[in-house]
Amino acid sequence: MEIFKNTNFDFLGKKWPFIIASLLLTTAGLVSLALRGGPRYGIDFRGGIIVDVTCQGTPPVNLIRGALSKRISGQIEVQNTGGARNGLLIGTESMGEKELASARQIITETLESTMGQPGGGKLDFNNASAQALADRLRDPLARSGAALSEPQLQELTGRLLQFRDRNRSGLLSSVDELASLQGVTPAVLNTLKQECYLAPFHVQSVQAVGPKVGGELRSQAVLATLYALGGMLVYIAFRFEWIYGLAAVIAVFHDTIITIGLFSIFNKEITLTVIAALLTLVGYSMNDTIVVFDRIRENLKIMRREKLESLINKSINQTLSRTILTSGLTFLTVISLFVFGGQVLHGFSFALVVGIIIGTYSSVFIASPIVVFWQDIAERRKGRGMTPPAAPPAVAAQKAVK
Amino acid sequence: MTKGVRTRVIVIAGVLLLALYGIVGLPKSTSDLAANLERNIRLGLDLRGGTFLVLEVQVQDAVKAEADRTIETLKEDLRKSSVDYTGIERNDPTTIAQADQIEIGIKGVPAGRTGDFRSIVSERYTTWILTPVSSTDFRLTMKPTEMIALKKDTIERTRQTIENRINSLGVGETTIQQRGRAEADYELVVELPGVDDPARVKQIMQTAAMLELKAVQDGPFGSREQALAKHGGVLPLNTQLMRGAVRAGENGESWYLLSRNAVVTGRDLRNARPGRGEMGQWETEFSLNKDGARRFGNYTGANIGNRLAIVLDGVVRSAPVIQNRIEDSGRIMGARDQQDASDLALVLRAGSLPAGIIYGEERTVGPSLGADSIREGITAGIVGLAAVILAMLVYYKGAGVNAVLALVLNAIILLAALGYFGAVLTLPGIAGVILTIGMAVDSNVLIFERIREELRSGKGVIAAVDTGFSKAFLTIIDTHVTTVVSCAFLFMFGTGPVKGFAVTLVIGLIANIFTAVFVSRTLFDWHLNSQRQVTQLSI
Repeated sequence: MEIFKNTNFDFLGKKWPFIIASLLLTTAGLVSLALRGGPRYGIDFRGGIIVDVTCQGTPPVNLIRGALSKRISGQIEVQNTGGARNGLLIGTESMGEKELASARQIITETLESTMGQPGGGKLDFNNASAQALADRLRDPLARSGAALSEPQLQELTGRLLQFRDRNRSGLLSSVDELASLQGVTPAVLNTLKQECYLAPFHVQSVQAVGPKVGGELRSQAVLATLYALGGMLVYIAFRFEWIYGLAAVIAVFHDTIITIGLFSIFNKEITLTVIAALLTLVGYSMNDTIVVFDRIRENLKIMRREKLESLINKSINQTLSRTILTSGLTFLTVISLFVFGGQVLHGFSFALVVGIIIGTYSSVFIASPIVVFWQDIAERRKGRGMTPPAAPPAVAAQKAVK
Repeated sequence: MTKGVRTRVIVIAGVLLLALYGIVGLPKSTSDLAANLERNIRLGLDLRGGTFLVLEVQVQDAVKAEADRTIETLKEDLRKSSVDYTGIERNDPTTIAQADQIEIGIKGVPAGRTGDFRSIVSERYTTWILTPVSSTDFRLTMKPTEMIALKKDTIERTRQTIENRINSLGVGETTIQQRGRAEADYELVVELPGVDDPARVKQIMQTAAMLELKAVQDGPFGSREQALAKHGGVLPLNTQLMRGAVRAGENGESWYLLSRNAVVTGRDLRNARPGRGEMGQWETEFSLNKDGARRFGNYTGANIGNRLAIVLDGVVRSAPVIQNRIEDSGRIMGARDQQDASDLALVLRAGSLPAGIIYGEERTVGPSLGADSIREGITAGIVGLAAVILAMLVYYKGAGVNAVLALVLNAIILLAALGYFGAVLTLPGIAGVILTIGMAVDSNVLIFERIREELRSGKGVIAAVDTGFSKAFLTIIDTHVTTVVSCAFLFMFGTGPVKGFAVTLVIGLIANIFTAVFVSRTLFDWHLNSQRQVTQLSI
């Protein structure tokens, strides 16, 4: 099966609509960034607390927000993220390390007071730790005549919580759901009912980042990326010509800016995992660009008479089949991550979905035209095109050519 | 040629076996297999659940404590040599960055005695630099080398103490590491996989656990002011005021006037364990080592009828009257419940922290979210990989099998290498894996498209394969080296997650050069050799 055979599209001739589209996208992103006062940093970079909760039924968002704003200063974000599991997201602004600890405590208390039914001193099974559960059950079990040895008790509580976390995503709606588990005798079930109650929420994750750590993470991520881009520029300049290195880096930079802009337009947060995704798309787009450049370099040696623009067009056409296929296949992986990967991977896979599309087209419509532009300028400076484009100092193995 | 292929196949088989061994070991049963898998492919906290903490060690606490000790001994030395002074005080740095600014000011040394003062300081306080401020006043600053050594020592002792505490808590494979450079960064990173009650662990780590038994001079008083008023607004020499713990059912403050010097401290402890008092309430019992017991026995024997304060972290927990001579044991009351009492026993046994800690970062991923993430991640991975494999097989037919084999081998080597290097697979690591898969697929596509081109231009099968590989090889090297270069920078300058991405990607790319070029080529050659007349290639 072959989709593209001997294609001959005039890519560089049709570059303007794409460059304009790129500029529009970039501008839209930058405008959005300017209007929102910079990227929307996740708490990794700005500091603060984020608590992720799943709830039984719709959580009382306004009640929680009201209770929290009385006790924590700054803006409090309380959001029902919906979904099959009724997600609840609570976020605070950045604050000092000491306030962080108390605010975290306040959030836990507020969840209990607004959503937990008055348990009458009972233990909340949906948020209990294995240790707390074992301590709670030890004496009552002994009293009810179902005394367990310590290892037995640990094993039982471990099994109960594993069922809660793995099979019910941390949230039980009735103690009876535990009845079918091994080791849960009627006596144990009764004791559980007496000693525990089920709050209609389960805390899934807590992230608290102090302002100092947040600042460090931000500057280090940016620095590392810039150094990496610089390193790639130098290597490509060494292998090809410096204009190729510059063009590749500009193309990659273009991809990153557009993706960050889209994050701003869709009001998505830039977290540490999104940074990892951005690095991935940088690598991907760079890979794509180099493949095209490599072909250009090869063709420069064979077709010495060809005008650079048509030579680049030919090179893009020759590699088109691989470009489409590789992008398509990578896109398949990423889209399955976007669809099936779950909430933790959402921002991450969104960046990759966007990045692969943009990264593919930037090597054709951004990186290549830059090389042509430069060549035009160079020729004009030298006087009307007597000099053919210089062949790059490639160290090609020529044994392949017969 | 056949011989060459055979050698290459042996090399490939060797690598495959080594990689498989790295992933699953030598399992004897299915449960063995699962256990080996779990041990070799270690998942990060973001995927399996657990708590990640960054602790900022307040090194200025240790620096201030060192200054306090110096002041105490200096006063003693000056008294012995009868050198007068009007005051010795230190400043009070409150942040980590200010720790270097510690200084001790000595005021009002009589002009005639400054020579003696100087010689005492220069002989016995060699870790300090003495600077005269005026004819009677002096300033002590810590030597920079001493400062660095003290901070380093503080970090290391904090790390050990916390390690001891966590280990006795028995929460499994914990790692505690210092982040950054030993001389300039004061952060400890603690990773607690699978801990489901981080609040308790945090509490246990943060408790300073400074136990002191001090003589009660006077009190209790209802407030600080009352205590001061009784003594004419000035505390007697070598005493201090300390607040009493507020207990359930009691209201109002209580303040005690205590001797500054402790009879025994937490350093004299031999053991501590939870126990129950006469009323059945939980408390923590402790026993003293030989040296401590001797001092304690002497003191209590001589002070029957007086009160002794049990001070924990600067708060008087109780101040019982000494009934008779006590040799080697005591109790700390006021525990809320059994866990509280046993947690206190635990931190006492593990020793006190040399400096306070503040949590700079906490990330807790609950076990339920971890389980969900793994399940969803695996689903996504399988669907994505299946789609890629299917597309490769449809598009490249026979050669597609080649590509799929190379891809699978790449994944196996990548996983095995992670295991051999002891690296942890995290979410950013998965990003690295995805890019690896992308570039692995790309390498195969590049090669195959080249071979097709050569076939189209009329070359024979063997020549086309040969040319295709050697031409694509240059491109593959360029793309891979560029990415490896960028990874090197990411690894050098990045933090945890960025580093994780770089490590996974580099391993994947190196594996890919081996699989896409060497393995795939060998498969082609093997296939071509097995046919007598090669006229067609399934590609």
